[in-house]
Amino acid sequence: MYISHLSLADFRSYPRVEVALDPGVTALIGPNGQGKTNLVEAVGYLATLGSHRVSGDGPLVRHGAERAVLRGAVVAGDRSRLLELEINPGRANRARINRSAQVRPRDLLGILRTVLFAPEDLALVKGDPAERRRFLDELVVARSPRMAGVRGDYERVLKQRNALLKSAVWARRARGGRVDLSTLDVWDQHLARAGGELLAARWDLVATLQPLVGKAYEQLAPGGGPATLEYRGTAGEPAPAGAPGSGRERFESALLAALGEARGQELERGVTLVGPHRDDLLLGIGDLPAKGYASHGESWSLALALRLASYDLLRAESPDPPGLPPAQEGEGRRAGEPVLVLDDVFAELDVARRQRLAELVAPGEQVLVTAAVPEDVPEVLVGARFSVHGGVVERVS
Amino acid sequence: MYEGVVQDLIDELGRLPGVGPKSAQRIAFHILQADPTDVRRLAHALTEVKAKVRFCVVCGNVAQDERCRVCQDPRRDPAVICVVEESKDVVAIERTREFRGRYHVLGGAISPIEGVGPDDLRIRELLGRLADGSVTELILATDPNLEGEATATYLARMVKPMGLKVTRLASGLPVGGDLEYADEVTLGRAFEGRRLLDV
Repeated sequence: MYISHLSLADFRSYPRVEVALDPGVTALIGPNGQGKTNLVEAVGYLATLGSHRVSGDGPLVRHGAERAVLRGAVVAGDRSRLLELEINPGRANRARINRSAQVRPRDLLGILRTVLFAPEDLALVKGDPAERRRFLDELVVARSPRMAGVRGDYERVLKQRNALLKSAVWARRARGGRVDLSTLDVWDQHLARAGGELLAARWDLVATLQPLVGKAYEQLAPGGGPATLEYRGTAGEPAPAGAPGSGRERFESALLAALGEARGQELERGVTLVGPHRDDLLLGIGDLPAKGYASHGESWSLALALRLASYDLLRAESPDPPGLPPAQEGEGRRAGEPVLVLDDVFAELDVARRQRLAELVAPGEQVLVTAAVPEDVPEVLVGARFSVHGGVVERVS
Repeated sequence: MYEGVVQDLIDELGRLPGVGPKSAQRIAFHILQADPTDVRRLAHALTEVKAKVRFCVVCGNVAQDERCRVCQDPRRDPAVICVVEESKDVVAIERTREFRGRYHVLGGAISPIEGVGPDDLRIRELLGRLADGSVTELILATDPNLEGEATATYLARMVKPMGLKVTRLASGLPVGGDLEYADEVTLGRAFEGRRLLDV
């Protein structure tokens, strides 16, 4: 798939901008602070309903404006769809597809699929577990858009359960031990149901991703690996695949059991201590954990390998294998391979990594690259060039 | 900001559910321009509703007397109780004209974030109504969101030892809609709750 047209209104620094795009490589070049990243951030937002730079929507709206509007025309095979999203900080966002009646923003998920490389990716290796959970969950949702709802449910139940645990802590301090916990079992049950489904999806993702990450790392840093992934679950290992019940049910009962064991401690501390929100993805190079042991260059290779593996996975699972005719009307939402976005990453890499990464992404159906100076774009990435200066986007070649 | 009393009115209106600052301003200026008798009638209706409306001692629904209209009606089946969160849910179900039993209004759903636990809802009253064994079916019609589901699960656990029939309203597809436009959660629920087609 590729984006043929992008239009922003009151998004970040742009009062209004229209950009026509082609398949293949497009480089957006301009000094820092001129709005390159804002363009690719908008592309990412249309794909994931979130920004790779900020967690809240407030900073996305141009200062002084009430709302931002993003439009993107997405071409997959011979089918084109126009996505529209109105970002209203503090209120519900509004979405439309093909100028139809309003749909829920969640319905946009899966139509535009992107894999984004950014300087922030280094945090996948060096940062907190939260970064790696977000990486996993974004991919889980990209593979199956329905999981956005499951994850939302999980977070909501978690908040309710934590509020109950906290009130239990206060009540015990105030009244000396008398706490009404009759509803805790109910929240456990609902937490385990949503959490079990999320865990099943994450474990399945990690198993599928493992060989792809290994392969990508070997391509970026030949002989330096192997790179390994291991899911560290606070609810323990799942029951073996031969056990009765579906994957989701096995994780649900494992989580329920873990909640039972942790209950005493949870009542002491007033927070939920087990579940997908406390899990981590352990990354390793060779026999050592990457965090704390890997060099700066190795960390970069591993972060890039995670993104390249995501790209391979989404492409492999797209219902449009190369060589077959493009998706027909009604063939499902997940048509086409994802758009590759490389936001200012080449400047961060040494010559060898820069070259290998460029060769690996060059064949993509659409590749959007941002860079401060033209020299930062490797030569193998031949394609359109735009200059981005003071909020003006102009095609120069 | 407006002069004292006008701003006071806007502030009060703005505290109503569904009324934002702009709507509050519009309503306030509508009232300022309206005929004094109309405004007196509105003010009268507001004070009357607080003075006269009470909550049914049996089910918790809004009522003019000690008991609400449904609880007073001898034709309604006392063996079936439908549990809802709010009085407005009673009105919604009454519009269907499908249900001939009685109601129980909880006054909300369990939500620790908002500090609402079982003791803040009319659950003890419900258990009291079930104690003599005359009720044979309890229909749980709390909202199909997380808090409503949690409340339904909690009630189902509480009454389980009593051995009566406990049912939950079905979740599923909207009537007159297209299958392809249904979201995955609703469609998934509809699959879970599918039933045998008797022909």
